[in-house]
Amino acid sequence: MAKLTENTINFMGVRRLASFGSLTAVILSIIILAINGLNLGLDFTGGTSIEFAYEKAPSLDTVRQTLDDAGYKEFVVQNFGDEKSVLVRLRQDFDNQLAENMAADLRANGDKVEMVRAEFVGSQVGDELKESSGLGMLLALFVVLVYVGMRFQFKFGVASVLPLAHDVIVVLGVFSLFQWTFDLSVLAALLAVIGYSLNDTIIVADRIRENFRKLRTGNSEEIINHSITETMSRTLNTSGTTLVVLLALFLLGGEAIHNFSIALLIGILVGTYSSIYVAANLLIMMGVSREDLIVPAKEGEVGQQSEEEEPPEWLNRM
Amino acid sequence: MLNKFPLWKNIVILVAVVIGFIYALPNLYPDDYAIQITGARSSTQVDQATLDKAVDALKQEGIAVKEATLNPPNGLIRVNSAEAQLSARPAIQEALGRDYLAALNMAPTTPDWLRSIGAGPMKLGLDLRGGVHFLLEVDMKSALQKRLEVYSSEIKRQLREEHIRYRGGDVGEGNTIQLVFRDDASQNQAFDLIRDQYNEFLLDKTTDDNGQQVLTLQLSEKKIKEIEEYALKQNLTTIRNRVNELGVAEPLVQRQGRDRIVVELPGVQDTAQAKRVLGATANLEFRLEARQDAPSSATEVYPFRDNPDRTARLEREIIVTGENVANAQQAFDQNGQPQVNITLDSTGGDRMTRATRDAIKRRMAVLFIEYRTETVKKRIDGKIQEVEERKVNRSIISLATIQSTLGSSFRITGLDSTAEAGELALLLRAGSLAAPMYFVQERTIGPSLGQKNIDSGVMSVTVGFALVLLYMLLYYRFFGLVANVALAVNLMLLVACMSILSATLTLPGIAGIVLTVGMAVDANVLIFERIKEELRLGVPPQSAINAGFSRAFVSIFDANITTLLVAVILFAMGSGPVKGFAVTLCIGILTSMFTGLLVSRAIINLIYGGRKVEKLAIGGKLANG
Repeated sequence: MAKLTENTINFMGVRRLASFGSLTAVILSIIILAINGLNLGLDFTGGTSIEFAYEKAPSLDTVRQTLDDAGYKEFVVQNFGDEKSVLVRLRQDFDNQLAENMAADLRANGDKVEMVRAEFVGSQVGDELKESSGLGMLLALFVVLVYVGMRFQFKFGVASVLPLAHDVIVVLGVFSLFQWTFDLSVLAALLAVIGYSLNDTIIVADRIRENFRKLRTGNSEEIINHSITETMSRTLNTSGTTLVVLLALFLLGGEAIHNFSIALLIGILVGTYSSIYVAANLLIMMGVSREDLIVPAKEGEVGQQSEEEEPPEWLNRM
Repeated sequence: MLNKFPLWKNIVILVAVVIGFIYALPNLYPDDYAIQITGARSSTQVDQATLDKAVDALKQEGIAVKEATLNPPNGLIRVNSAEAQLSARPAIQEALGRDYLAALNMAPTTPDWLRSIGAGPMKLGLDLRGGVHFLLEVDMKSALQKRLEVYSSEIKRQLREEHIRYRGGDVGEGNTIQLVFRDDASQNQAFDLIRDQYNEFLLDKTTDDNGQQVLTLQLSEKKIKEIEEYALKQNLTTIRNRVNELGVAEPLVQRQGRDRIVVELPGVQDTAQAKRVLGATANLEFRLEARQDAPSSATEVYPFRDNPDRTARLEREIIVTGENVANAQQAFDQNGQPQVNITLDSTGGDRMTRATRDAIKRRMAVLFIEYRTETVKKRIDGKIQEVEERKVNRSIISLATIQSTLGSSFRITGLDSTAEAGELALLLRAGSLAAPMYFVQERTIGPSLGQKNIDSGVMSVTVGFALVLLYMLLYYRFFGLVANVALAVNLMLLVACMSILSATLTLPGIAGIVLTVGMAVDANVLIFERIKEELRLGVPPQSAINAGFSRAFVSIFDANITTLLVAVILFAMGSGPVKGFAVTLCIGILTSMFTGLLVSRAIINLIYGGRKVEKLAIGGKLANG
């Protein structure tokens, strides 16, 4: 039987500091969100798109430079359909002047440019989509709460859902702070973060449950410390491999998935932290104890085996 | 024996991996740029002569043709590059004329033997590969006009019922109805009646030049907005239904601004058909043939659809329109001729009964109304320019004698072909439009929607994947290699499943794959760490392997099930991009559980199982039993 104190890192020793840190991060994020709001991408806000037809296929980089020099902000330049058509999307609302002015700016360097189309782009996701995505996210969190509550214990349910909310709020806060564009790809990244962080939290929770049942000594804090230590190399390796992928995505992925990979990078760092310091911390705060998890002893039998979570029989047959 | 799979289990795993390999294979063949030629009407077939004409046109333009194939009723011409494709389309369209549609397409190059077992590549979403983008404009003027006509006849009927005499009433300029009265008294009576019952109108009493009393009903702004809103929503629903009939994965149908609808069909294979089905803003009207003595002001003359020289005089009054159609099915009559069986909703059925009750032995016409945009070459300021013109084409599909009072079910016969009957039924079933719509824009979105970014995105995922392989190899050595094989198999199975389900891969979908790569490794990391722990506790290697797999299973199972629950909910609730993410996540979780638990176990069993293992090394350190 492993000794509790040996090689165990005292993670929970700094739990008050961590609670303070997490709480500060969440409150700060909410304040920043309230003040700055999110810099919603064209996907959510809609905006203006103007299509230009060039006589000769222009270099998109040059077009971007020209518009940048002319003082336009937050625009996206792309080919639309063929190489000679250039679509410029802007955050600002459409007015007739805007398209005219932009065409004039693009013509300034001698290119033959004609404005083909200028229109207001409605929200790409639409209210319907936004609503169902938001509702879906809430429902997902609720189902996680119920499942984990049933499979583990109610305290674990709360301890696995709150870190998810923590992660989402902090990532949103960072996006709000730096005013990075929040578009559909970032929303998807956020969902990926939820999935990842949940995975992480469950692994730690699973070990905590196992150790509560297996180890006869030690208080909750010691057992949790021991469990986190045991799962540490797994946590580091999985986070490591995922971060490696994301780093590659971030450095090589280009503009379109830039914000997506930033959201995932932050989310996974925060998610790894939160499954230790938010989830485990919450368990201690809610006073999780051996009694919460102990399988009712059968006729005084205190054998270790009956208390372990048994893998299903079919797996053993494999 | 510990750690030994029975033969059948190894075979099952092997078969699953081989099937996965075969179905993932088509994704390695890049799509060809192609032009698809389809008949503008379903009765028009593309034949070899037409195809040759198109190929000749391309030769004249100096565009190299890779392959021209005829797969009736369509023709497909493959070219070498995106540029060639873009210039080939107008050339072909010009050569073939209005009877055919030439559309940009991406043609899969899956070899025949793969296609014969139903394998095909994964579809890429609009954000990754492009697809078709349509912009449709709803004709609001016509929606309002139509609605005002209904109001006008309703109000006139009420005036007659109340014995208020009027001389005439017409829908006028600026969303008004103008009623003309002989005297003040009836004007006032009408004023009171309309004010009480129709608060959507602003009323104005005037006297016209001829000294007649005129009551002008001006539709309120609020009501106009309401009607427009309704028309747009109705058309949106109709377009959605039609898109669904097309069987496109992850389509986007969305309003844009006040009167436009965007349709995006990612990776759509048959763009020409899409355009025909969406673009055929057809409607039907059922009208009685005019009596011989009917005044010409109450009748209209229309040609027949299959024979424009033949015409018939119909009453102006419409019995029912396509809006009242509840269902329409293509069928055959006793002579094997194609027909369409129509079921009307209750309102439509009532109206049909009322109209046909007194009209037995008279003839009823089915009027087919097509709205379309035609490109006409015109000389403007001395230059020839292409101008888009909107045309309304009304023609009679059938003119049949009413044998008995018709109810809510009846049929249309006299159609050209089975194909035409099928298309008409589809259009009727998919709902009719509240107002006509016109294509104001049609594009096939090339991969240009961030092509460069997507390329580098895919590149970075590949690099990331390679780094993960390296990481696992360095950290877990031999066991890392096993995990890497499992990871590669996992990715292959994921791609295979997505291909089999013809799921559409989108940018958010790639997010799901990235997460899957992380989580699939996670299963093996958990197992290996568990085996290490067991070894540290002094458990012999064989038992440690077994215990590692079975103990880690609980964690893997719980973690994956919760994530799967989240993914399933997101799939059910979300739409568009969120759905794309959820699909890959769901499939990825399932495949990673398969590979993480079974494939890696099978490999380890093959190597270590059934023999005496003295020492087991996981990673750099040697853990001695």
